[in-house]
Amino acid sequence: MSILVIAEHNNSELAPVTRNVVAAAQQIGGDIHVLVAGKSTDSVAEEAAKITGVTKVLNSVADHYEHALAENLSNLVASVASDYGHVLAAATTTGKNFMPRVAALMDVEQVSEIIAVESADTFKRPIYAGNAIATVQSADPIKVLTVRGTAFEPAGLDGSASIESLAAQEDAGISEFVGEELAVSDRPELTAAGVVVSGGRGMQNGDNFELLYKVADKLGAAVGASRAAVDEGFVPNDMQVGQTGKIVAPELYIAVGISGQIQHLAGMKDSKVIVAINKDEEAPIFQVADYGLVADLFEALPELEKAL
Amino acid sequence: MKILVPVKRVVDYNVKVRVKADQSDVDLANVKMDINPFCDIAVEEAVRLKEQGVATEIVVVSIGEAKAEEQIRRAMAIGADRGILITTEAPASSLTVAKLLKAIVAEEEPGLVILGKQSIDTDNNQTGQMLGALTGMPQGTFASKVEVADNKVNVTREIDGGLQTVGLTLPAIVTTDLRLNEPRYVKLPDIMKAKRKPLDKKTPADYGVEEKRSVTTLNVAPPAEREAGITVSSVEELVEKLKNEAKVLS
Ligand SMILES: Cc1cc2nc3c(=O)[nH]c(=O)nc-3n(C[C@H](O)[C@H](O)[C@H](O)COP(=O)(O)OP(=O)(O)OC[C@H]3O[C@@H](n4cnc5c(N)ncnc54)[C@H](O)[C@@H]3O)c2cc1C
Repeated sequence: MSILVIAEHNNSELAPVTRNVVAAAQQIGGDIHVLVAGKSTDSVAEEAAKITGVTKVLNSVADHYEHALAENLSNLVASVASDYGHVLAAATTTGKNFMPRVAALMDVEQVSEIIAVESADTFKRPIYAGNAIATVQSADPIKVLTVRGTAFEPAGLDGSASIESLAAQEDAGISEFVGEELAVSDRPELTAAGVVVSGGRGMQNGDNFELLYKVADKLGAAVGASRAAVDEGFVPNDMQVGQTGKIVAPELYIAVGISGQIQHLAGMKDSKVIVAINKDEEAPIFQVADYGLVADLFEALPELEKAL
Repeated sequence: MKILVPVKRVVDYNVKVRVKADQSDVDLANVKMDINPFCDIAVEEAVRLKEQGVATEIVVVSIGEAKAEEQIRRAMAIGADRGILITTEAPASSLTVAKLLKAIVAEEEPGLVILGKQSIDTDNNQTGQMLGALTGMPQGTFASKVEVADNKVNVTREIDGGLQTVGLTLPAIVTTDLRLNEPRYVKLPDIMKAKRKPLDKKTPADYGVEEKRSVTTLNVAPPAEREAGITVSSVEELVEKLKNEAKVLS
């Protein structure tokens, strides 16, 4: 049976995480098709056609697909899902939004946020904020899976799939896009960055995040935050790392003024090298850190910026 | 307008769970249980909508073990008016829960169903969306703001790139994110009062829903342990180690 991967994109560019999802599909094994649904997505479909291992791209264009509204996107995916053994999407806020609807429309369960493919029906996924890893087996005829991007190396770009258009379904007409406030940043995207520098409540306020930005810019790093820093209003929500925020697994993660509660660790403990800077030597973050520096961050950060 | 709020009994979020020696599951014996934090936020949001005069009645439902009555009573102490407890033989899958909720939606005809975006045990993040598909209702997931006006609800959603607002036709589904509100503390007199609020006890069979599971757990293992790290004494030493030992800086 073939595998259907739902592309993530912003109507002009394919989101890189789509390639990580294709990599998971490759491990399952089978013909891989990618579905691109959006408003004028020809360039996205062309990008998707170049992903290694993809044999066909389905391009479905309609105004009501522009914002990936779950009601419409799930109806479209469900209209073709029975042709496939697996339907995969990234475990991003987009994938998490529409995929369970697809599963319910097909009357199957969903396996959320897989981190490993053991076989075509058996997968690993974290539970309890990553404090346990479950191996689960699905007996459903169609396996609906969301994929944690950081757990799979992105597929290459030497493919040349055919592109077909797929008829749009009618607008469900029960939801509409009202507006959005998207963060603009010149720094790398959190989930794809090689280095991430994150700040917590210890930063004290939003202005002090400047100290982190300076270090981040020397390292070409993305900047993240704990939930406490977001809740206190230091930084916007899209910077939150953790169980209920973004999952990152960079080469280097530097946690500054973050205590290391399990919900935060759930989002970063698969980083290759972890550095913690905290003035409290008892802080649990030191239990996962490869290099711990017990110091006042207001002294350590300027020094670090200079030393880089 | 009536609001339906499903709540789940889960391990307290401060508990670091451990895996059983035979790796069949996590060990929940003698572990503190509580309402799922996101469900707590859902109850709070419903109560605020009632306080604002938007909602007239709040029905809370829990599906799981009989002890989940504690979580329903807690929701009643915050302000829910009545409860439905559906006891299952084993923890129900998200799809089964969504099917049971669909049956309750058909009976109660709520204007809004407010659920937590995920439960902190299975971390599935599925039930609200599945209920949406099964009932044909629109959904505003990961909500940080909910505004009801004229037969519509505007939901501001926390998405990876920032915030998105969607407008939904009622009846609709909302799933809560952490910043939607800060749940109030439960006061003792309210706990006493909650004990007298009506609670219906049911089983899945009462709703004609079969308890089944197509995804089975083969094994539950602890995550890979990280090797113990070292403490460095200065920024200088840190940078030196990152360059020469970890080789993550050039
Ligand atoms: C359902 C649920 C989901 C959650 N999801 C997430 C999530 O996704 N991500 C997340 O991060 N959290 C999440 N949390 C919150 C989590 O439990 C913690 O509250 C949060 O991570 C704490 O953030 P913090 O470490 O920045 O703050 P704190 O725990 O307050 O720690 C601040 C640290 O800064 C240090 N510090 C202070 N001043 C200085 C200084 N001058 N120099 C050096 N160090 C200093 C202190 O020693 C302390 O260790 C969640 C909670 C719940 C209930």
